[in-house]
Amino acid sequence: MAKQIEVSGLDAYYGAHKAIEDITMTIEPRTVTAFIGPSGCGKSTFLRTLNRMHEVIPGARVEGKVRLEEQDLYGPDVDPVSVRRTIGMVFQRPNPFPTMSIYDNVAAGLRLNGRFSRSELDGIVESSLKGANLWNEVKDRLHKPGSGLSGGQQQRLCIARAIAVRPQVLLMDEPCSALDPISTLAIEDLISSLKTDYTIVIVTHNMQQAARVSDKTAFFNLAGQGQPGKLIEMDDTSRIFTNPGMKATEDYITGRFG
Amino acid sequence: MTTVQTGIQPISTGRRVKDRIVQMLVYLAFAIAVVPLLSVLWLVVKNGIGRFDLEFLTHSMRNIGARDAGGGAYHAIIGTLEQVLLASLIAVPIGLLTAVYLVEYGPGGRLARWISFFVDVMTGVPSVVSGLFVLAFWVLALGMPFSGFAGAMALSILMMPVVVRSAEEMLRLVPNDLREAAYALGVPKWRTIVKVVLPTAFTGILTGVMLAVARVAGETAPLLLTVFFTDSINNDPFNGPQMGLPLYVFDQAGRPTDTAIDRAWTGALTLILIVMLLNLVARLIAWWRSPAKRGS
Repeated sequence: MAKQIEVSGLDAYYGAHKAIEDITMTIEPRTVTAFIGPSGCGKSTFLRTLNRMHEVIPGARVEGKVRLEEQDLYGPDVDPVSVRRTIGMVFQRPNPFPTMSIYDNVAAGLRLNGRFSRSELDGIVESSLKGANLWNEVKDRLHKPGSGLSGGQQQRLCIARAIAVRPQVLLMDEPCSALDPISTLAIEDLISSLKTDYTIVIVTHNMQQAARVSDKTAFFNLAGQGQPGKLIEMDDTSRIFTNPGMKATEDYITGRFG
Repeated sequence: MTTVQTGIQPISTGRRVKDRIVQMLVYLAFAIAVVPLLSVLWLVVKNGIGRFDLEFLTHSMRNIGARDAGGGAYHAIIGTLEQVLLASLIAVPIGLLTAVYLVEYGPGGRLARWISFFVDVMTGVPSVVSGLFVLAFWVLALGMPFSGFAGAMALSILMMPVVVRSAEEMLRLVPNDLREAAYALGVPKWRTIVKVVLPTAFTGILTGVMLAVARVAGETAPLLLTVFFTDSINNDPFNGPQMGLPLYVFDQAGRPTDTAIDRAWTGALTLILIVMLLNLVARLIAWWRSPAKRGS
């Protein structure tokens, strides 16, 4: 299920502005990879290039290669829609569909993509909500609107929605930044349990969080205002946080800047 | 003496006075805006309620002589309902699709800018002109008869820009987060629009459509040129002259007898009631569809 992602020589642009430059990295299957770095360094942009969400923004484009198990995601005959079906995403702010119930939110990805029988859907919805650690809290009100849940529950609902379509990779763009510490903990636990099945990439501003949940950490930085963001280094999380190879990484982690 | 110590002051007299004055001005402006509305309603109800009876709602003006009392607006009610319905059937799909294009596909493009410009131009087209256009194109050039459908076409020209503008506003209000959430689930763009964007904006779009309906239901000039005129019931909007409530009011109000003037008032009352009723139905649908209701 989980697959490896290989990125080579990737640049991303917003119109004429180059947001990230020359990124090469390998993301291992069944691990949690964290992206850290100061604001504006292109972590989120890079994350969005991995499932072709970057190009949704008008004027945005990508150069370079992203390969999922040898298949080039930016190949000429690749359908971006199917890329996104394979590589799911959870956003910074919980964004359940307001017109849909909890059940419909989880089933949305499946319903909008094909035909499933009622019993199949019931099963997938239940297993996805269980997978997102939300089942016990919502099983009695599956047909109430998802917007009635708390922020942390909404975010877990969004994770359930993302894993319901059975992606191979799960991208998370600061999934806890709008949540309180208890909900954050619930999501971090969830991330740890999800990594047995999925390749997970998480962008975070919280370095303790990166240290807690990730196996690998990539540090991004930019040379200055208006300059493109670059990958400074990537290594095992324990190494990045104890004995980083680069001075900039150490400065950032120890709080000397950023 | 805490004021001295903390520097926190009581509200000064000057600001209190200014606050009062502005408050009064706002209330005054509100009153000025409401007075004409209420007086129109009051006049229409007062003068129209007398003839608002079963005969009025179930009879046409056929065989009613110039001085006769009685008669009704059944033919005009049927005509207005059919014409407005047909006009909506033409204008709402086109208007909605235009709005979807402008918001979801067009932004930044030259075509979208041109469409936007022409929608603005259409908003400013006087209603007589749309009637003249249908008269010249449909009736005179193509040789089609006067009919309810011709009237509906003229009305749809007036509805379209209203629908486009209001639907566009509502679609823009749908947060981009929701579109991205759907894309990230691997949902194609068109399904995202159909299943996520449009349902989210549904209530607002419905309100906009109702505004457009209310705007055209009272139009007289384009009907005069396209559905022509009749005193008899004509249920077929595609064939032969029909009547409409605004036309009915226009016609009766121009007659010299008191009975006709009374009918005109009642016709106006009926028209207001129909528009209000349609609005109420739309509100009910919106309420029934809202997530808040299903959550309770």
